[in-house]
Amino acid sequence: MLIQFSFGLIFWMTVSFLAVLFILRKFAWKPILETLNERERGIEDALSEAKKAREEMAALQARNEDLNRAAREEREVLLKEARDIRDKEIAEAKEKAKAEAAAMIERARAEIRNEKNAAVADIKMLVGELSVEIAEKLLREKLADDAAQRALVDRMLKEAEARLS
Amino acid sequence: MKALIRATFLLFSVLFAGVSVAQHEGHDHAAGDTAHHHEMVATGAEAHAEHTEAHDEHATEKFNPGEMIMGHVTDEHGWHLWGHTSLPLPIIVYNTERGLSVFFSARFDHGHKTYGGYYLHEGKLLATDAPDGTDVHSATQNEALTAATWDVSITKNVLGMLVSIALMLIIFLSVAGGYRKRGVGAPKGLQSFIEPIILFVRDDVAKANIGPKYERFMPFLLTVFFFILINNLMGLIPIFPFGANVSGSISVTFALAAITFVLTLIHGNRHYWGHIIAMPGVPKPVLLILTPVEILGVFLRPAILMIRLFANITAGHIIVLSFFALIFIFGEINAGLGWGVSVFSLAFTIFMSMLELLVAFIQAFVFTFLSAMYLGAAIEEPHHH
Repeated sequence: MLIQFSFGLIFWMTVSFLAVLFILRKFAWKPILETLNERERGIEDALSEAKKAREEMAALQARNEDLNRAAREEREVLLKEARDIRDKEIAEAKEKAKAEAAAMIERARAEIRNEKNAAVADIKMLVGELSVEIAEKLLREKLADDAAQRALVDRMLKEAEARLS
Repeated sequence: MKALIRATFLLFSVLFAGVSVAQHEGHDHAAGDTAHHHEMVATGAEAHAEHTEAHDEHATEKFNPGEMIMGHVTDEHGWHLWGHTSLPLPIIVYNTERGLSVFFSARFDHGHKTYGGYYLHEGKLLATDAPDGTDVHSATQNEALTAATWDVSITKNVLGMLVSIALMLIIFLSVAGGYRKRGVGAPKGLQSFIEPIILFVRDDVAKANIGPKYERFMPFLLTVFFFILINNLMGLIPIFPFGANVSGSISVTFALAAITFVLTLIHGNRHYWGHIIAMPGVPKPVLLILTPVEILGVFLRPAILMIRLFANITAGHIIVLSFFALIFIFGEINAGLGWGVSVFSLAFTIFMSMLELLVAFIQAFVFTFLSAMYLGAAIEEPHHH
């Protein structure tokens, strides 16, 4: 009774189950499963795209930072170079000015020396001439009187002194 | 282990139920025989009177719980609604000698009369040479003709199954329509109720057991799952056109298990058959024992599928009906006692129905899960160690 295999029921069951299987496979399971797969693919794509965008963003940021750092470094280098050049130029200018000043001083000294030498020469010449004149006059006085000659030399000397001062 | 104990218990309960029915039928025969003697001396008109009297007698007959329960869980030609009212269903018989006969089950007069050379006995359609309208107790079976008879009637279970199928088609075609309309957008309504179940079958049943080639079995697994689930649920609704014990009918579970079996046979690969016929790495003498066991296993797996679903669903129905039967058994002793018991019976019935609701899902899942496992074993590729 309870465990009774009935041909009719097995027959209808098999026929109708297979019919349902084919109908649902074509008109229900296929579109449903396809849509579900599509949706999952869509979600996966969206997630991977978001990840990619995030990675790109990070890469871009890293590149920007690199660029910034490079620019900063370059600026440092340029500034350093400029500072070096300026320091060098200042040093050179100082050097040059010192050298020129030294040369000018040297020239001035030489001139002073020359002038002094000329003056000394002049004085020597004048002293010579005066000596000759004194000697000339001395000689003449000597010829007259001893006392007179002596007086003459004194006077002559006084005159020379006055002229020299 | 738990499942084994449960199956044993169920089998025993089924067997006991069978015994009680057999006893009941023995009584019936005895009663029928006396009626038959009466009819022998009665004229036609009197026979009719006798018959209605017999009916009345039947109505005041003591309540028989075994008959009530069996009537509800087994298949029948015609759908018993209440009292003596049955919905007539088409009887379709093909006999290799007589050809095709199609008529309504009402012609059998609740199984009391012969018609078109056939009569019903214990739910089976038998061929006879007796003329139309003969009482079944005086009709004798023509065994040669019965053997040539193919009964493909639309029985209670067939109709119940067709109702479930219609429901399935309505539900899933409309859900599929939802997917067509909304595309990959968020599911709505029925769609959002069905979608998690479909995903569950796909991810936890098909993918988990079959592996990467799961896709070609998805239509089968989904159809089996929802077919069993909907039939289980419909079987819990006691109002026509539901309430037929479709998934608790062994013919139905046999056909379902047979389809799984055929699919494993078709898709079984060399690796699968190789392991059955000669398990690699096993010594030859052991193979003498192992190979028959493995071959037996091939048939046992679908047999277990068949018995598990049948026994679980039928046992649930029997238990629920038994609680109801208690009311009437006590009611016969004393009306007040019947009312008193009804409170407890109702509480237990509600509890059991809740349990059955759970079982409906579990059994649909288990059948699908095991089918997927067997299919997965059949198409498994050899592992390269």
